[in-house]
Amino acid sequence: MILNVKGRQGLLWCLAIMMSMAFNTSSYASEWSGFSAVEYRYFLHPSSNNSISQHNPSAVISPEFYHQWDEGDQSIIIAPFLRVDSEDSSRSHADLREAMWLIADDDWELRLGVGKVYWGVTESQHLVDVINQTDWIENPDNEEKLGQPMINLSLFEQWGTLDLFVLPYFRERNFPGQMGRLRSQLVVDTDNATYKSAKERQHIDLAIRWSHSTGDWDLGLSHFYGTNREPLFTPNQQFTVLNPYYDLMNQTGLEVQRTTGAWLWKLESIRRETSVDTFTAVTGGFEYTYYNIFESGLDVGLISEYLFDDRNNELITPFEDDVLVGTRITWNDEQSTELLIGVIQDVDSNDAAWSIEASRRIGNRWKLSVEGRLFKVDQINNVFYQIRNDDYLQAELARYF
Amino acid sequence: MHSWISLLILLMVMPLVQAETDTEKGLAIITEADKRDLGWQDSTAEMLMTLRNRQGKESVREIRVKNFEIVGDGDKGLTVFDKPRDVKGTAFLTYSHSLVPDEQWIFLPALKRVKRISSNNKSGPFMGSEFAYEDISSFEVPKYSYLYVRDEALAGQNCFVLETRPLYKHSGYTKSYVWIDKLEYRIQKIDFYDRKDSLLKTQRLTDYKQYLGQYWRALTITMENKQNGKSTTLKWSNYQFKTGLTDKDFQKNDLKRQR
Repeated sequence: MILNVKGRQGLLWCLAIMMSMAFNTSSYASEWSGFSAVEYRYFLHPSSNNSISQHNPSAVISPEFYHQWDEGDQSIIIAPFLRVDSEDSSRSHADLREAMWLIADDDWELRLGVGKVYWGVTESQHLVDVINQTDWIENPDNEEKLGQPMINLSLFEQWGTLDLFVLPYFRERNFPGQMGRLRSQLVVDTDNATYKSAKERQHIDLAIRWSHSTGDWDLGLSHFYGTNREPLFTPNQQFTVLNPYYDLMNQTGLEVQRTTGAWLWKLESIRRETSVDTFTAVTGGFEYTYYNIFESGLDVGLISEYLFDDRNNELITPFEDDVLVGTRITWNDEQSTELLIGVIQDVDSNDAAWSIEASRRIGNRWKLSVEGRLFKVDQINNVFYQIRNDDYLQAELARYF
Repeated sequence: MHSWISLLILLMVMPLVQAETDTEKGLAIITEADKRDLGWQDSTAEMLMTLRNRQGKESVREIRVKNFEIVGDGDKGLTVFDKPRDVKGTAFLTYSHSLVPDEQWIFLPALKRVKRISSNNKSGPFMGSEFAYEDISSFEVPKYSYLYVRDEALAGQNCFVLETRPLYKHSGYTKSYVWIDKLEYRIQKIDFYDRKDSLLKTQRLTDYKQYLGQYWRALTITMENKQNGKSTTLKWSNYQFKTGLTDKDFQKNDLKRQR
């Protein structure tokens, strides 16, 4: 087991928080929950220089402490996170996913602390979702997020919900280290990030979002001003590492879902202005579900989305002119068995990315999850070309408490 | 002259008296049952759901439910899972309606994602249990047609037996027989018939308790599948009414706050 310095500090921090909370759990409406899990990731091909193992076991613990008072109008949630990876010291990492105080009234809610916010409706990618930094080394699917310090005021009106965010501290994206896979040929030197803003990580980001449900429609419109969560990279002078550069951006985002019968129609679009470029990206499509097929309890959903980015540069995003086709199968059995398979296929070439996710509960407290990602990339100018040999399958066994 | 008038009156009144057909009687019984349960405003309760397979192996779910009465339309409901632990914090918000589709959202705590979902899934199993989604949804008179069938004693109680047929789309049933006791107009038993018109499930409602001197709730509800031998029992506890919940406690935003 290898932990880098950052990981060790984070671990101590987590332990300190857990200890202090343990003395405080006697009062009413306090509870611990969460899970711990072991994961085994197997890479189907040797790494390009053969030096990194194809076998990658790791372990994770993700506890959550919750306490509420004032008849539920006030609450605090604290959720540390720790992964220990056998191969890549960078993937051994700790994070404070949440440390949030909430106070709520009929017409407003105020959240203060570290938290996670999700915006969006589509399945293939999450263009609009911009508050939290991606925990990239946790999973390349962009759905694991680092805790974001924030002040969030929500106002509930007849015409919808208005969310205001002040984000006083920026979280840098994490990347695999020398012994990690799913990375570019040059390792990203996360200790040497540069910023557009002279305030660097202390730049105060701002965001506003209106969301509303009316009849069949669920709508969201947002604007974000602040540090771009996605860095640009420049090699250092010796050409041995990549240095991340965090620009400032203005991003306007639109989310639309129409739900009619068994159809979900989805659209997300962003317009993002940075000092380097201005572009528009769109994801749109549908999910249609056949429920209770042959009265077996089985639901089969068909998902299709089109992904577009007008920069038309696969070195920045591979999803510039692509189509997702997928299926979601839900058994609705006692073990909540689920399967999600999808492929994102480039329209102009044979490049494609496959994803498989399946899970099943075992008994009352255990859950087995299987995941696979396969990258079929031949074009050298596709950013995924770097990870074309990093196809993997993994199994995770989690115990919930 | 008098006899003429009497005859005329008799002719006018007779069809009214006689013509309470079995359809009208069925509707009258269910309307009375519905009327007796009006005005509870809002309720909260806890539910322990035990799934039992043919070998007798059990697994449990723990759920908390809040409901908000909407007079003249379907109720609003918020359901939060405590167990199994891997779905802890998962919450459903439903705005139910009589004949137009319900509006439904799910909160997925791992992603912090609120997702609008289709409400077409009526006949599928709820959390792997023998209860279908349509069995646990808000009861509204216009959802079914009613036919009075007979009177019958059930476990020492005199009951009306009604035949009901769903009028909403995507039901898994052709019809059901419903036993309603004559004393308090409470549903005691339901036999559900599948799309092939054969007996699929029997639901029994027992341990009735009265709240606020008016509202009866069955604290034990058992659903027995007659075709696969599985059964599911719901044990309700901690029922509370008129707790002061408002429409604002049943908004999409509230899903994120449920614990």
